[in-house]
Amino acid sequence: MTEPVIAIEGLSFAYNGSLVLEDVNLTVAARDFVSFVGPNGGGKTTLLKLILGLLAPTAGSVRVFGRSPTVARPRIGYMPQHAQVDPRFPASVTDVVLMGRVSKAANIGPYRRADREAVWEALRQVDLYAYRRRPFADLSGGQRQRALIARALAAEPDLLLLDEPTASLDVRMEEELYGLLKTLNERLTIILVSHDLGFVSKFVKSVVCVKRRVVVHPTSEITGEMIQEIYGDVRMVRHDHRCAEDGHQTGKGGQSCQNS
Amino acid sequence: MSEFLDALRQNAFMQYAVLAGVLASVACGVVGTYIVVRRITYIAGSISHCILGGIGAALYLREVHGWTFATPLRGAVIAALLAAFIIGLVTMRARQREDTVIGAVWAIGMAAGILFIFKTPGYQQDLMSYLFGNILMVTPEDLWLMAGLDVAVIAAGILFYNPLLALCFDEEFARARGMRVEGYYLFLLCLTALTVVLLVSVVGIILVIALLTLPVAVAGHLAKRLWQMMVLAAIFSIVFTVVGQAIAYSPGLPAGATIIVLAGAVYLVVAIGSRLPRRWPSSSGASPPRRGSLPCRRERPR
Repeated sequence: MTEPVIAIEGLSFAYNGSLVLEDVNLTVAARDFVSFVGPNGGGKTTLLKLILGLLAPTAGSVRVFGRSPTVARPRIGYMPQHAQVDPRFPASVTDVVLMGRVSKAANIGPYRRADREAVWEALRQVDLYAYRRRPFADLSGGQRQRALIARALAAEPDLLLLDEPTASLDVRMEEELYGLLKTLNERLTIILVSHDLGFVSKFVKSVVCVKRRVVVHPTSEITGEMIQEIYGDVRMVRHDHRCAEDGHQTGKGGQSCQNS
Repeated sequence: MSEFLDALRQNAFMQYAVLAGVLASVACGVVGTYIVVRRITYIAGSISHCILGGIGAALYLREVHGWTFATPLRGAVIAALLAAFIIGLVTMRARQREDTVIGAVWAIGMAAGILFIFKTPGYQQDLMSYLFGNILMVTPEDLWLMAGLDVAVIAAGILFYNPLLALCFDEEFARARGMRVEGYYLFLLCLTALTVVLLVSVVGIILVIALLTLPVAVAGHLAKRLWQMMVLAAIFSIVFTVVGQAIAYSPGLPAGATIIVLAGAVYLVVAIGSRLPRRWPSSSGASPPRRGSLPCRRERPR
């Protein structure tokens, strides 16, 4: 048994005094394909940022490849939420993907040959090599998303973290993207944030429900009733859904989820 | 125009003026581009207004206390760097109130400058030339300092092109890669401060933001990559400062204001012109769709 890629123990995180994550325990094994699902504000992105070391836990510990997240960073590829990138920024596709090669150490002067080769390889993997000289602004939404995945891959990571990678895509582009991720998963551990459990469950190996607390489900456990419960009625999910350690419960009735 | 060329041939001060415009323009192209794509124009404005405080303090110390080394340009450099550090530290530490602090630094710097100049005998009438620029007052000594600043700013802007590009494009990603984002951000603000000092000698404190952003904005309509934007912005800036001075010469108009009106007019023409044909519907105009906050968007029958 190799050491887990991610080991989170007793983690809590508070922002401005309010508890966002509470007593989270989570282990992710090598070559797992995990999706964080849950309502908005449930702490999915926060958990991702804690794994990246962009945030520090209020209590508990996060270990990535057995080290602290800031030390493990060179082995992590990250794709932030698409919305924070200016789509009209004057840069070519290669320029954008090359940003995956910046590091803690030397960034002075031009990129080296090894950097360019890693970038071309990443572009080939996402099938954008032919577009490498195009302005980033001219890409379609799906191509832009793939370019940002290539930027994450350019770092030659062992762990890939993606925050809402399908947020701006239509269903067909979404299928394509998951196909790509499935291929990458043959050698990389992947964690992605999504609020679409039903669609994601066809591709991922386990689903982590994040709403202040965390519950792990292997995908084999996901049943139609569970999807129905979490996503069938969105309003119910937003207000009443609970992710409790003893299984999923709905609101006032407190009835147990089918799979628990 | 020929009158301007004659004057340029005959008068050293005219040549200094044109040279000052060119020197400032090159730094403006490089650093102005970073400022525009990183969206810190407002910070650049605050730094530029603070410079009046430095100029005022230098004049006061020189006239009243006899500190001969306290030249206005040196005072400007110190005030600009100080403002950059204050704003940089505040925007990194307390994100919610950053616009308040930027505005406060802006006004306090100016107020201090006005008080110093008011208390310095014989300099009140110079206030206008600091505020709106007087490029004809540039001395050879100023030119050397400007050239030195220029070399430093451009070398830094080019040497650190990759990390600064990463910082401007996606700060959080750069941080996740382990880049020292805070350090580079402060560094960028210092470059901004030095560039603003260069530009103040050309167009004055109040008009600096325009010269820092308008050539870049025009270049933005043509450039596809950041370095192209820098080169084009520098060229536009040189054209604006030289042609602006030429236009201003015969009727005896203030050069700084003429330069800015010219730059503004060109920008308007380019901005309107690029809207009309709509050749790039995917890249022009449309902002990215809001996402993430709409729970009903993902409802799909299963």
